[in-house]
Amino acid sequence: MASIKMQFEVPAKMKTWSLALIAVGLVALVTGLVTKGFSADEHEQTQFWGTLMYNSIFWTLVCNAAMFFIGVTTMAMGGFQQSFRRVPEAISTMVPIFGAITFAVLMYVIFGHKHHIYHWLDTEAVANDPILKGKAGFLNPVFFVIWTTLTIGLWSLFGWRIRKLNDQADGEPMTAEEGATFIYKNTVRAATFLVWFGLTVGSTIPWLWMMSIDPHWYSTMYSWYTFASSFVSGMSLIALWVIYLKNKGYLELTTQEHLHDIGKFMFAFSVFWTYLWFSQYMLIWYANIPEETVYFKHRVQGPYKGIFFLNLIINFLCPLIILMKRSAKRNYTLVAFMAVLILFGHWIDFYQMVMGSLSKEHVTLGWLDFGILSLFVGLMIFFVSRALASKPLIPKSHPFLKESIIHQV
Amino acid sequence: MAKKKFVVGCFEDEAVLFPAVKKVRAAGYKIHDVYTPFAVHGLDHAMGLRETSLHTAGFIYGITGTTTALSAISWIFTKDWPLNIGGKPHFALPAWIPIMFELTVLFAAVGMVLTFCYLCQLAPGVKKHHFHPRATDDLFVMAIECTDTTNTDDLQAFLQSNGAIELSVQVAEEGWWFGRYDNENVPFQNKEIVAA
Repeated sequence: MASIKMQFEVPAKMKTWSLALIAVGLVALVTGLVTKGFSADEHEQTQFWGTLMYNSIFWTLVCNAAMFFIGVTTMAMGGFQQSFRRVPEAISTMVPIFGAITFAVLMYVIFGHKHHIYHWLDTEAVANDPILKGKAGFLNPVFFVIWTTLTIGLWSLFGWRIRKLNDQADGEPMTAEEGATFIYKNTVRAATFLVWFGLTVGSTIPWLWMMSIDPHWYSTMYSWYTFASSFVSGMSLIALWVIYLKNKGYLELTTQEHLHDIGKFMFAFSVFWTYLWFSQYMLIWYANIPEETVYFKHRVQGPYKGIFFLNLIINFLCPLIILMKRSAKRNYTLVAFMAVLILFGHWIDFYQMVMGSLSKEHVTLGWLDFGILSLFVGLMIFFVSRALASKPLIPKSHPFLKESIIHQV
Repeated sequence: MAKKKFVVGCFEDEAVLFPAVKKVRAAGYKIHDVYTPFAVHGLDHAMGLRETSLHTAGFIYGITGTTTALSAISWIFTKDWPLNIGGKPHFALPAWIPIMFELTVLFAAVGMVLTFCYLCQLAPGVKKHHFHPRATDDLFVMAIECTDTTNTDDLQAFLQSNGAIELSVQVAEEGWWFGRYDNENVPFQNKEIVAA
């Protein structure tokens, strides 16, 4: 492997750009804090904290989806991802960082008593409300804090353990026994991560963090919907980094065949997302029970109508039509374009999931949202590129690496 | 329904089969087919098979299904026999989507199976010629189509020198229906595959 570039170096231009994005984001954050966060108007405060909430939750879940990708492909004894596995690994190093930001924001919302965001924090209202009383075992600050801490902490820990184990793959070639032990250990650690992932992203965490903004309303589909959203965005983010590295002449062992598989994930999980979107929507539309339709009322018929259907066009129709063809999934330009589109689409999706419940009368999408988005994108580029540079790009002694090199679709 | 003569060479290993396929093609012989016990990655490229159009056919069947469902239900529920179901509008699109989806899947699945059978010349009662029974077990069987000028002895010797362990000349009927796709013979050229 003498001719293969193993070490990524962060280009100065990339660093400058990420720092510029962070600077723009910080300006937006401070301006927002002064004009909205400290404002006497409850609506302004709610908008500021809501914006921070959906951005931080979105980016945490997207980066965590990269570790989920490693987990599932490990459990499936997959080999094809080994030639670019350092990319999802690097993306997943963002989980502790974005997780800490999410944690800080959520803790402020809980202990700053922002019951305009979480209505169930209002003890007086809960006492007089039989529905909220019934949910008090789940929706209370103590459980919220413990579960949030555990969730973010264990995501970070289990992800770190998987990455740590895979440093071995940079060492000397393994014997057959060492390789078997290595794969077994990988399987155990991936399984541990996945069980915790299923308990959190697959069920409780989206209910707790986002669905409880509408405390009376519930949908069992909500967590899967959030998971599908974050996973398809995670795949898009992986695709973007892989294509970027290919463009810079790295990842020689990753070819169109691998891109094709990433593209398939993007296509398939866009359809999966739509399946959940539709299942949630149709059942509520069909039953037409007021306590259920309350969620869709201002989204389908109110001010969020445009965003709501734009969401469906970007996240379903575009991937379906554009990514369906085999040649499209093997085309770097097209996959890069679709990855950006899908990431934007699901960011908009998270926007309407959170802000659609917080600001029912007005669509608040504006400078603050894009400013905070730029902060998170800047942080992501800055830290992921650093994480990529900190390790060899190719796990040269991984037992499945050969499988990845000869991978063919 | 023409009877054709084939020279059949059997190989024991993929690693021997691949160079043999390339050499046979480069020498200008026409490979009828290679029968393997399992799907061999990259063999289609080595044999120079063109990309299948089965998926395009599947797409067309699929949208035919969607259109059939949408036009049928919308005509029935808005023109032919409008019913008040739970106070929903007559044109109740969300309720129809599952049915449109199901018909898409049904049309695509059935259509593709039938197309596949047609392309592979399979139908009830059709007896296909087996070049070697061990092709379904552990042997890689290459059948080469002979023309009037093919010297079968030379060809057999050529195959043997490329690692074939068993050789035979067989006469078999190929195809039972019109329109069977008969790919042209493109000799193998060692082109550099440009990754990415």
